[in-house]
Amino acid sequence: MDAFLLQILNGLDKGSAYALIALGLTLIFGTLGVVNFAHGALFMIGAFCAVTVQKFLTLSVETIDPEKTDFLGNPLKVKTPYVENWFGPDIGNAIIDWSVPLAILFAIPIMIAVGFIMERGLIKHFYKRPHADQILVTFGLAIVLQEVIKYFYGANPIPTPAPEALNGVANLGAIVGLDLIYPVWRIVYFCFACLIISGVFAFLQFTTFGMVVRAGMADRETVGLLGINIDRRFTIMFGIAAAVAGLAGVMYTPINSPNYHMGMDFLVLSFVVVVVGGMGSLPGAVLAGFLLGILESFASMEWAINLIPGINQIIIYLVAIIILLVRPRGLMGRKGVMED
Amino acid sequence: MSKTDVSRRGLLRTGAVTAGGLALPTIFTAQSASAFTNDPTGGTVTLGFNVPQTGAYADEGADELRAYQLAVEHLNGEGDGGMLNTFSSKALEGNGILGKKVEYVTGDTQTKSDAARASAKSMIEKDGAIMITGGSSSGVAVAVQGLCQEAGVIFMAGLTHSNDTTGKDKKANGFRHFFNAYMSAAALAPVLKNLYGSDRKAYHLTADYTWGWTQEESIKAATEALGWETVNTVKTPLAATDFSSYIAPVLNSGADVLVLNHYGGNMVNSLTNAVQFGLREKQVNGKNFEIVVPLYSRLMAKGAGENVKGIHGSTNWHWSLQDEGSKAFVRSFGTKYGFPPSQAAHTCYVQALLYADAVARGGSFNPCSVVEALEGFEFDGMGNGKTLYRAEDHQCFKDVLVVRGKENPTSEFDLLEVVEVTPREQVEYPVDHPMFAGGQLGSCNPGA
Repeated sequence: MDAFLLQILNGLDKGSAYALIALGLTLIFGTLGVVNFAHGALFMIGAFCAVTVQKFLTLSVETIDPEKTDFLGNPLKVKTPYVENWFGPDIGNAIIDWSVPLAILFAIPIMIAVGFIMERGLIKHFYKRPHADQILVTFGLAIVLQEVIKYFYGANPIPTPAPEALNGVANLGAIVGLDLIYPVWRIVYFCFACLIISGVFAFLQFTTFGMVVRAGMADRETVGLLGINIDRRFTIMFGIAAAVAGLAGVMYTPINSPNYHMGMDFLVLSFVVVVVGGMGSLPGAVLAGFLLGILESFASMEWAINLIPGINQIIIYLVAIIILLVRPRGLMGRKGVMED
Repeated sequence: MSKTDVSRRGLLRTGAVTAGGLALPTIFTAQSASAFTNDPTGGTVTLGFNVPQTGAYADEGADELRAYQLAVEHLNGEGDGGMLNTFSSKALEGNGILGKKVEYVTGDTQTKSDAARASAKSMIEKDGAIMITGGSSSGVAVAVQGLCQEAGVIFMAGLTHSNDTTGKDKKANGFRHFFNAYMSAAALAPVLKNLYGSDRKAYHLTADYTWGWTQEESIKAATEALGWETVNTVKTPLAATDFSSYIAPVLNSGADVLVLNHYGGNMVNSLTNAVQFGLREKQVNGKNFEIVVPLYSRLMAKGAGENVKGIHGSTNWHWSLQDEGSKAFVRSFGTKYGFPPSQAAHTCYVQALLYADAVARGGSFNPCSVVEALEGFEFDGMGNGKTLYRAEDHQCFKDVLVVRGKENPTSEFDLLEVVEVTPREQVEYPVDHPMFAGGQLGSCNPGA
């Protein structure tokens, strides 16, 4: 029972990342009609926003400690972060410790700006081109972005830990007498994902801006005829989608140390999530994200691997095939989307 | 009656042409009998450094390349000479190899077997490389070693830890200085027994490819010989990034030790995930839960940050060793690049020097001469104590380091501390050991 519940938690946690990325992908596809293969790169750039903030906060002044030597036998250069000098060791260390949550504040404007630049600078030129062209150009952009990150940050993963206070484990089953230990940060990540997803849905549902965007998604031409500049709103939505992916990346860094390739690791899975959820369907993307996350977790269990060897590697694709055979438009797909 | 006009001059001319024609194949045959692939005829000799320059192991590849560049400098008599000053063989004089200046070309393995073979092939066929060396993966090493055997050039393996490289996939033209999975297990097991006792239950998570399989087999055999029970062995996809769904079952498995047969990014992520799930604070069977990482890489350990603290594993070499060879290499490398070398850099540097020395001692670049010079070669002063290149499988036998993630590092490089230097005798095994069974070394191929 404990193992079963643990895998559900794992699935929800994995699904959080899938859902956030797939949500952004669907927002872009639903509004601009662009299949954005650079979306994984946005997730990766978000993660590197956290790395950058951490590096920035640990910028240090070097002093020589004559009593210690470095690996070459020279006097050791001791690094003391500026924030420690400015605010004292306690506050300085606390600021560094909370670098990942602080990075959210940094990542939001950066990711919106990256989204704007990406959309205005490149992707808008491909709106009227076939989806194959859009895929090629955005995939190429993703490769360029990851190589740029590798140039500046190297190929190795960079540890970006969670704050000490959120770094341990919590026994979620203590109340009902179960031994259900789960990492605190992963719980935080799941809650954060739910918050972001709710925020996006509320924004689209309860604001005038969101209403116009939804109308534009349903019938772009008619909204345009009403004199509304839908393109500008869609560009803003691209920025918001980029921010969602970026925030997913920021918060993911304590779960796995970020590296330049992490966007690609999520990209294909996220596209499968979008297709399974239904192209253009925001609730579908979220539902499919969590569903496939849970299925992937269960497929990693021993009994599943013993039953069907290799199931842990193919489960998502297998389920995608089955769902598309049974429901060609995906779980919550809309009629007419990508069917022309 | 027919009349034939045969003049003396015509007869001589025809005879000379016929004789020349008949001799022609013999000339070619005689030439090819003494030649070999990419025989260097000018004043230079070209070595091929095949390292990952892109992909997840690009940083490790960059460190390998730094080491090779340093080795080339030292071979050509530049710099401070590094390990040439401590190497027990004195055949190298700092004037290149056999008086020919050493030049090099580089290839990108991308840590993919097909890409690595393509880049090695290009360096051999287009650039005239006489020896190929480098790499950060056993899959790549086995693939490139096979190619070099066919092409008739020497392959000096870089970082490859699978038993298969000098086991079932061994080749006469291939040589490995790096240690292997069996040696890691043989070195680690006694230390684990001392630390954790002989009544333990181990759970293995294993990367699902050649290196992972041999690593798991080796550690499992060594720990079971101690009296440990193996509770479960689970193969994880090489492409996996989040190991939480593999770690979760460990919590309720009854195991009190988790063995992570992972390397590189897999190791960073699986170790990070295991620590996140509180395994290190967990008590099982009345004992502290322990995590073991059989193959450590300092470059990669850096990615796991604080999570490596107190975790035991093994490594081929570490920059903190205090023998003269290691100190000389660290000094050369550190002065040139500003940071200490990795174990990958060390093994690549040593391999380049060992190849050059074998050519010098054999007096020829012919691969068969190099093979003869390296087989059974015993040397010292290269950082791992007295070392033997065993003739039967071309595997180096030397001391192995058991290391632990350092609790209080003094710098970003000071991540591991050496717990024990396991003597060579303890990690040796017979040539016909079952874990290395299958495959034939064959005979050297000079190519051409």
